[in-house]
Amino acid sequence: MAEVKLRDVRKTYTGGIEAVKGVSFDVPDGALCVLVGPSGCGKSTLLRMIAGIETITSGEIRIGERIVNDIEPSERDIAMVFQNYALYPHMSVYDNMAYGLRNRGTPKAEIETRVREAAKMLEIEPYLKRRPRDLSGGQRQRVAMGRAIVRKPAVFLFDEPLSNLDAKLRGQMRVEIKKLQRSLDVTSVYVTHDQLEAMTLADILVVLNLGQIEQIGPPLELYSRPASMFVAGFIGAPAMNFIPVRADGDGLSAEGGGLSGARGFAVPKQGAVLGVRPEHLTLSGIEGGALFDLEVMVVEAVGAETFIYGKLPTGKEVIVRLYDNIPKVGGRITVSAAREHLHLFDSGSGRRI
Amino acid sequence: MVEQRTFWRGVIPHLVLWIGIAIVAFPVYLAFVASTHEPTIISNGQMPPWPGSQMLENYYRTIFIGTSGTTREPVGTMLLNSFIMAMVIACGKIAISIISAYAIVYFRFPLRMTAFWVIFVTLMLPVEVRIYPTYKIAADLNLLDTYAGLTLPLIASATATLLFRQFFMTVPDELVEASRIDGAGPFRFFKDTLLPLSRTNMAALFVILFIYGWNQYLWPLLITTRDEMQTIVIGIRKMIVTADAITEWQLVMATAMLAMLPPVAVVILMQKLFVRGLVETEK
Repeated sequence: MAEVKLRDVRKTYTGGIEAVKGVSFDVPDGALCVLVGPSGCGKSTLLRMIAGIETITSGEIRIGERIVNDIEPSERDIAMVFQNYALYPHMSVYDNMAYGLRNRGTPKAEIETRVREAAKMLEIEPYLKRRPRDLSGGQRQRVAMGRAIVRKPAVFLFDEPLSNLDAKLRGQMRVEIKKLQRSLDVTSVYVTHDQLEAMTLADILVVLNLGQIEQIGPPLELYSRPASMFVAGFIGAPAMNFIPVRADGDGLSAEGGGLSGARGFAVPKQGAVLGVRPEHLTLSGIEGGALFDLEVMVVEAVGAETFIYGKLPTGKEVIVRLYDNIPKVGGRITVSAAREHLHLFDSGSGRRI
Repeated sequence: MVEQRTFWRGVIPHLVLWIGIAIVAFPVYLAFVASTHEPTIISNGQMPPWPGSQMLENYYRTIFIGTSGTTREPVGTMLLNSFIMAMVIACGKIAISIISAYAIVYFRFPLRMTAFWVIFVTLMLPVEVRIYPTYKIAADLNLLDTYAGLTLPLIASATATLLFRQFFMTVPDELVEASRIDGAGPFRFFKDTLLPLSRTNMAALFVILFIYGWNQYLWPLLITTRDEMQTIVIGIRKMIVTADAITEWQLVMATAMLAMLPPVAVVILMQKLFVRGLVETEK
């Protein structure tokens, strides 16, 4: 049991490339913290620095009460699950799980009980004698988690553990990881580029961009009050619609028209960007909300819901999610969004206004 | 590509294969036949195409007594010498090159790339090219007529180092990282992970290097002067060239047959591992 604390952690590679530019955050004891961001945002580097397989250029990482900057990975009381599992191909499942304990000089009987226990928990008991290559992707994933569990570490580190699995299995394993983490109650740091995984797993969500934290908080808070256009666009699928707007009286207007209502915003002179999610747009007129006049370009029915790709007079695309009263392609619709679902961002800095 | 199995499609490849086998095997068969006849039958040019009656006697003389003319040493000693030389060269090359490849791939040290290129360049300097300086050094170190002199200069191997380097570079970095997290230091990682993973590569290399060592001719010719240090490849040649006696062809042929056996045995015994080492990697 331990907290993980990062203070102004930086990573500069030889050659001057700054992968992580001063990141600070805390993961409370027993919480699952997800680091999410596009590729190259430094999330994996950050995780590897916590694990100790990447050196820290400056800053401070604490696990529990210890500063672990210069401590070997094996001494940090962590366990890591890798994207490609990194199982030892020549060892049986049992040996894969037991290897770390043996290196630590754990007594044989203790190793045996711990491995059996973890295997039972992960339902991989029948495979203990097999080699990793005889297992399916999902089973290998379980073995990799088993190897982490038997160590009884203070912190679990997951490096995109589900990205090698197919979509269905990914969904199952996601739920299982969550359950496992809850029942073991071990502090975890989880890296992913998948916003769905991030939203569903996280107690604390850290959105990274270009080596810096864009926003940090509970997932739903990031969803409902994104601090920047980057976070707003990254969290939620399909992505939030962005429309450049100017002040018009006490309301807003888009260049070329098509937008009305949306009163009570303080818009800077140079204009701003209005953000609204596809799922918050409806065909029914909402009092005090924003109204959009759209020409329907494409209708994409995916079963339970239908995505309408509409166009403002300027040609700006707006996606709307509807369940019924689906309009025809080429027709015109007016959709509206409630005041609390409108987000306004500075057009220069991208920060929330 | 799915082919229809017709009669001719099956016959022609087999025919070609059988012709190939015949071309390779016929001289070997002739040598075997020659090793089972009396010397007079061979030298008058009338050797029948089937084995004669002298097989046991000829092979007994070859292995335990030796020819009466030249080499004096029985082939048994030569076989032992050749075997020791081939084994030490094969094992030594594998041991040295796997360690140097490990250093080059997994450790960052000053002049690492220089070391790599120096090893690489020695590919262009086989024994034949550096024969004089190598001989001089061996002679200065009193290595003439010793097993050390026979094997040491042939052990350093760029080819095997490069092969292991290529293999190590395909081992995923995550395995190293997982090992570090599992508390395995450099030595443990080498012993517990890298060596077992290289098993098939080592076997394939062993087959190639054993035959390389077994077939060495020039270097043993230079470094050995005493008869009891002779290798079988040198022995055969010395048996053929005789100044003042008739070449005992039946014994020469028996020696040739015996010289063939160990490499063939190595190939047959390690065939499975050999093929696996060349075609698949255990990852």
